[in-house]
Amino acid sequence: MSETKKTTIVLFSGDYDKAMAAYIIANGAAAYDHEVTIFHTFWGLNALRKEEPIAVKKGFLENMFSKMMPRGADKMGLSKMNFAGMGPQMIKQVMKKHNAMTLPQLIELAQEQDIKLVACTMTMDLLGLKQEELLDGIEYAGVAAYLADAQEGNVNLFI
Amino acid sequence: MNIANVLDAKGLACPMPVVRARKTIKEMETGEILEIQTTDKGSVADMSAWAKSGGHEMVDQKEEAGVFTFWIKKG
Repeated sequence: MSETKKTTIVLFSGDYDKAMAAYIIANGAAAYDHEVTIFHTFWGLNALRKEEPIAVKKGFLENMFSKMMPRGADKMGLSKMNFAGMGPQMIKQVMKKHNAMTLPQLIELAQEQDIKLVACTMTMDLLGLKQEELLDGIEYAGVAAYLADAQEGNVNLFI
Repeated sequence: MNIANVLDAKGLACPMPVVRARKTIKEMETGEILEIQTTDKGSVADMSAWAKSGGHEMVDQKEEAGVFTFWIKKG
């Protein structure tokens, strides 16, 4: 094998299905021995939220945002056929039947495979998310850090 | 054929077969053969693409009663 190839994915979406696609590709790329980065921005940051409520001081609007957004990957909705939360329940049942991995499992696998999970700090500020509310072992960066990876990327996706 | 390692990935869905395959082959020596069993239909295309990209050689493969078996020589 020649030098290590790179895959970068921007996860902008906060939809369960889209995040699943992103994480499946990321884990697949890691199996291809790629160096993989998932850059989470805007709604994609919700995939990195811890499930339990964390007490942090925030402004009124930021507080509203945190209350309205899904707390963690498992709480995210579907991009299609969400049916006010029924859709995710149904798809999780079907996934179980087909032995497909759930999004939280895929995220755990990504961390095991040393995939670099990055949270965009600028959008964290916009949505009022604090580091304490996000998973441990992730990195914090901005557009320049993403571009540094992406310009050497063999696969670059925006989901 | 001298099989050094057998990986049972039956019942596992994408992307697990390749994830496990990579983990297993990493601990093997060059030239050793890994046998992988899967039931995921996508793994037929996945395994050969993965082996090729990793510089491994797909020695043989077969399908029997819904189980796909691959023999991959570590490169």
